[in-house]
Amino acid sequence: MLMSKRAAPAADNRPKSKETLVSLSNAGIRRDGRWLVRGVEFDIARGEVVTLIGPNGAGKSTTAKMAIGVLKADEGSVTRKRDLRIGYVPQKLAIDWTMPLSVRRLMTLTGPLKDAEIATALDATGISHLANSEVRHLSGGEFQRALLARAIARKPDLMVLDEPVQGVDFAGEAALYDLIRTIRNATGCGILMISHDLHMVMAGTDTVICLNGHVCCRGTPEAVSQSSDYMKLFGGNARSLAVYNHHHDHTHLPDGRVRHADGSITEHCHPEDGHHHDHSGRDHGHSHDHAHGDHAHHQDTQKGEGTRHA
Amino acid sequence: MLDDFFIRALIAGIGVALTAGPLGCFVVWRRMAYFGDTMAHSALLGVALSLFFEVNLLIAVFGVAILVSAVLLLLQRRQSLSADALLGILSHSALAIGLVLVAFMTWVRIDLIAFLFGDILAVTPSDIALIWGGGAVVVAAIVYLWRPLVASTVSEDVAEAEGMNPARTKLFFMLLMALVIAIAMKIVGIMLITSLLIIPAATARRFSASPEWMAVFASLIGSAAVVGGLFGSLTYDTPSGPSIVVAALLLFILSLIPAFGRTAAERPANKGVQG
Repeated sequence: MLMSKRAAPAADNRPKSKETLVSLSNAGIRRDGRWLVRGVEFDIARGEVVTLIGPNGAGKSTTAKMAIGVLKADEGSVTRKRDLRIGYVPQKLAIDWTMPLSVRRLMTLTGPLKDAEIATALDATGISHLANSEVRHLSGGEFQRALLARAIARKPDLMVLDEPVQGVDFAGEAALYDLIRTIRNATGCGILMISHDLHMVMAGTDTVICLNGHVCCRGTPEAVSQSSDYMKLFGGNARSLAVYNHHHDHTHLPDGRVRHADGSITEHCHPEDGHHHDHSGRDHGHSHDHAHGDHAHHQDTQKGEGTRHA
Repeated sequence: MLDDFFIRALIAGIGVALTAGPLGCFVVWRRMAYFGDTMAHSALLGVALSLFFEVNLLIAVFGVAILVSAVLLLLQRRQSLSADALLGILSHSALAIGLVLVAFMTWVRIDLIAFLFGDILAVTPSDIALIWGGGAVVVAAIVYLWRPLVASTVSEDVAEAEGMNPARTKLFFMLLMALVIAIAMKIVGIMLITSLLIIPAATARRFSASPEWMAVFASLIGSAAVVGGLFGSLTYDTPSGPSIVVAALLLFILSLIPAFGRTAAERPANKGVQG
């Protein structure tokens, strides 16, 4: 399997016999002359949970849409299992209020379902009492639960959940992640999830892929959360500044271009640039470029490196 | 007093209203009112071309409506102007070109007012056959395409991800719009076609608990507007097309009165329980 060669060793713990549902190979999406994402590589197997994390505009939703065929890859390839049944929870769904749509009717949007299947899904997501409510009267969290229930009720091979818990309160968030894990265990479906909070999804995720226009780093949640690339992108604590100053070899400019350590500016940072901190295992075992000798390393980041891909 | 011509007008008008109801709901849900207007306005160009090349009126109007919507979609893809401005340009220039062409053709005498505002009282039995035949095709197609139409209206991405083909659905929707415009032109006229699509659907919103019911109610409310408008036209000697639209508007205003048509689903949902 492509994945097991490329992923961090820890990710190899999952069963190898599982069928691959989706496979992205060097896939990219280009719009108006610039790459939204590029060089994306990952597989999702049955029973596997892959989580995409990354800052706003990193191309997480774009990557998810590319994986399920809503967007066609402009380079590279995306292959899906034949007749792959997908349940999709998009990041945004604006329903015109002029359409009278109850939660129950929303469930059967793309295909018929039995009443019992609808009831089970609504019960699992905790919104049985809202079955007959109009969708436009739901709160943000209730609406997310309804969308999740819809995806679950379809009994898909692959669930694609783009920030599935947005607007849900903290306690509910943990419960929903538990539910997603339970569904994976019960049905053996694959899950592609997008989140901006790695710590919430850690326990239920097999592979984390950290995106920022390209794959910045990948591996088990533990490895990624310790990696310097992750800290650079997400570090909200005191050391983040130091990490930012010392570690990354390129800076993503607001217009999508990239300024490299040597001051040069390019349209994108393709993995082939060779400027990268790649945790994907391309250059496994020494993926952090100590070669960049002009970068003084901060203590904390060195600690991060030590535990990377443990 | 119910003359033959009046009965024919009623049958034709109700046929159009029944067809326009479900389609009008999609026009409202997809926010395509102005788009529908543009297609309708292009119908006059179709009329002019049909006279010039001596082809069937219905086919010419249908063809031009399709052509204009295709041009619009192509221009939108280039994103040089906002969709709104593009619609404004296409809508009025199609109408203007139609008017100019008709004026050039001094050898044909056409009743321009009848095309612009409808001439329902001059409906012939063959018109009725056309309206009900064409209407049956449109309604059958909408019933057949119902789930993908609703799904891609809610979210094209979800529809596409879950195995549907929203692009093809949209194409069929355009074809149905063009067909309805071609068959409804004679009843309410080019200028007023979209009102027969939109006003009954907007009125039905208040009474409907599901998309399906809204489509049914829109058909019924449209039919009521046709009956009311035609009787009003007969009583007060007003033009039939505009009278139907005024009747539809009155029904819409009635539906805005709070005491009417509040459905259970419309009351604010219970938000007490979370998590």
